[in-house]
Amino acid sequence: MKKNGTGWIFLGFVCTLYVVVGLIDFTYVKNAFSMFVTTLWKVLPILAVVFGFIFLSDIIFKPKKVIKYLGVNAGLKGWIIAIVGGILSSGPIYIWYPLLNDLREKGMKTSFIATFLYNRAVKIPLLPLMIYYFSWGFVLVLTFYMVLFSVVNGIVVEKLILIEKF
Amino acid sequence: MESHIKKSAVKTLNNFKQTLPILIGVLLLISLVITAVPKNLYAKIFTGHPIIDLFSGAISGSIAAGNPLNSYIIGGELLKQGISLIAVTAFILTWTTVGMIQLPAESLMLGKKFAVTRNVVSFVTALIIASLTVFTLGLL
Repeated sequence: MKKNGTGWIFLGFVCTLYVVVGLIDFTYVKNAFSMFVTTLWKVLPILAVVFGFIFLSDIIFKPKKVIKYLGVNAGLKGWIIAIVGGILSSGPIYIWYPLLNDLREKGMKTSFIATFLYNRAVKIPLLPLMIYYFSWGFVLVLTFYMVLFSVVNGIVVEKLILIEKF
Repeated sequence: MESHIKKSAVKTLNNFKQTLPILIGVLLLISLVITAVPKNLYAKIFTGHPIIDLFSGAISGSIAAGNPLNSYIIGGELLKQGISLIAVTAFILTWTTVGMIQLPAESLMLGKKFAVTRNVVSFVTALIIASLTVFTLGLL
């Protein structure tokens, strides 16, 4: 993660955008801000859990352990952890970036990060709703391909990043 | 042990301080975009051509943001309106796997190269999965 003030510059840019849009249509910005407050309120408990994970993982998982389970030579268990972890993790995707960044600094393989993020699309609590709209067959076939291609996605992302390095 | 816990707590706190402006920024940006896009807008971007609709579905899903629950509801409604299953599948897939609005946050926290590569690959993967899903369902 960038250690300089890039995050604050980004926030400053978004706030400026709010001010500019607000000068054009204040009601629209008011509605957007109201949605922001509601979403932030919903996200806060998950954010607390994620940073709790970061704190605990820093105590429990030393780089040696992370490399063993999620490193270059982790093998099948690394893929399983990335897939299951991605499926079970809840909340918005961006909440998980800090934890993944922390694990990567300790040795987590790039392909496992991409696979974890791809599997966040498999939402177990939302499956009944998906079945209601799209049928059992559709959900089963789609979920199968999503999990299968999450591994392909991870491998391709890592290979492309390595190629780009040269 | 105690000093180790203290060290971990300080490290987590510093991580939180660095992450907070990015998370608030992306959340503000998402709220702005969701408020701007009415749900009935999605139906207007489909043409009836299977290939064009596949790309239209994937592109609109990539730009959209918010709870995946909404993508299922909108996708279900699009199906009822006669939009092809392949386009709707691409739409719900990219909604959850590609994040154009989250891209600045992903770039800042996981690196620009990783974020761009992952989103591009996920977009292509969504096109393949949508096609394969509809093809497989046709065989069943």
